[in-house]
Amino acid sequence: MTDFTHGALYGGGIITVIMTLVALALWGERKMAARMQSRLGPTLVGPFGLLQPVADVLKLLQKEDIVPDEADRVLFNLAPPLGAIGALAVAAVVPFSASIIGADLDAGVLYLLAIGALGVLPVFIAGWGSNNKFALLGAMRAIAQSVSYEVPLVLAALVPVILTGTMKVSAIVEYQAQHHWLIAWPFFLGVPAFVLFMLAMLAESNRIPFDIPEAESELVAGITTEYTGMKFALFYMAEYLHTLIASAVAAALFLGGWDGPFAPGLHWMAAKTLGLFAFVYWVRWTLLRFRSDQLMALCWRWLVPTGVALVLGAALWVVFVG
Amino acid sequence: MSSGLALLAFLLVAVAVAGSMLVGARLLRVVSTKREPLKGQTYECGEVPSGVAWVRFHARYYVVALFFVLFDIETAFLLPWATIVREAGARGLVAVTSFVVVLMLGWAWATRKGALQWQ
Repeated sequence: MTDFTHGALYGGGIITVIMTLVALALWGERKMAARMQSRLGPTLVGPFGLLQPVADVLKLLQKEDIVPDEADRVLFNLAPPLGAIGALAVAAVVPFSASIIGADLDAGVLYLLAIGALGVLPVFIAGWGSNNKFALLGAMRAIAQSVSYEVPLVLAALVPVILTGTMKVSAIVEYQAQHHWLIAWPFFLGVPAFVLFMLAMLAESNRIPFDIPEAESELVAGITTEYTGMKFALFYMAEYLHTLIASAVAAALFLGGWDGPFAPGLHWMAAKTLGLFAFVYWVRWTLLRFRSDQLMALCWRWLVPTGVALVLGAALWVVFVG
Repeated sequence: MSSGLALLAFLLVAVAVAGSMLVGARLLRVVSTKREPLKGQTYECGEVPSGVAWVRFHARYYVVALFFVLFDIETAFLLPWATIVREAGARGLVAVTSFVVVLMLGWAWATRKGALQWQ
């Protein structure tokens, strides 16, 4: 099998599974949120309301496509697919089991950080292209937040790279399978790095408590204000994709990826990823939103120095102990 | 395995998925033939929009962007070293530490000046 067909086949399979998971997550999140608020959530469409995402997609497919007269048409139409493609592209280097991986790049960590960082571009394109004040304000906040939290995210992701000495994501997981999960030992580096990664990841994918860019009580819907139908759906989907794939990356870098006893690797990877994913939504429906200045202060005054200290600590550990 | 082609194929699949969603919506969605003058207006809570939204930004975004560039360059320098920490040994560690310390001195100065507070 050539590399190209390998990538196409695995890409098709992985993306199909991820999209299905996202559809289920739409249902799961609504159910979970409803239970936490003593409601029932979706019940009418299909058993337990399971077909609710299907109904939502069918509805969005039929919606009229409205482009505002004042908008920059090209940029306005370009942003939604770019967002979804950027989110899916990260999944290419994530190993879902020892053999299920789209493209096992040598510089996998670098690739996923770089492509993940590209996520701010569609946000700004959408905010600027809409020619809407709410959209622009949301986009500016989103970019300030994303680029700021990019720094602790990269520093946290460097800790596993330093400890294992490779940027190949599958090699990092293999190291953990042979030695120990990075969150278990050295735990004084692994645990803070994992927490830092999760915090930065929440901020990168605009999740509560960091969802200022689309604070619906102040900004209507942020960058999605002017979007209708499938374009809106693509943005909405990209958010879930970002969260899901970032959970998978966190599981691979810190929690040992597909490593685990008794069950096949894929099961372990799925359990860890979905566990982190559910945690993100648990946080979302529990906590309140930060204020913009608190968010920036948290990042630059606390998270960045913590990240720098962790990177140097990991290097000290590797040079003198490990 | 050279993975460049595999990555390319993966990206093509991603593009095809996003593209097919838009094409599907184009085939299925309703198209209104009635042209109403207010429909294409930008949303501003029901008011007639005042001017365009393409305006200047607050200067504090500039500070954030500046900080991002500084620290992003720092991480760009750390990335190649991160894979060879063991081989570079104590010597490499001293070099990187002195580089990072200089940067963090600047960070401490900026913090004391209040540059990191949004006001």
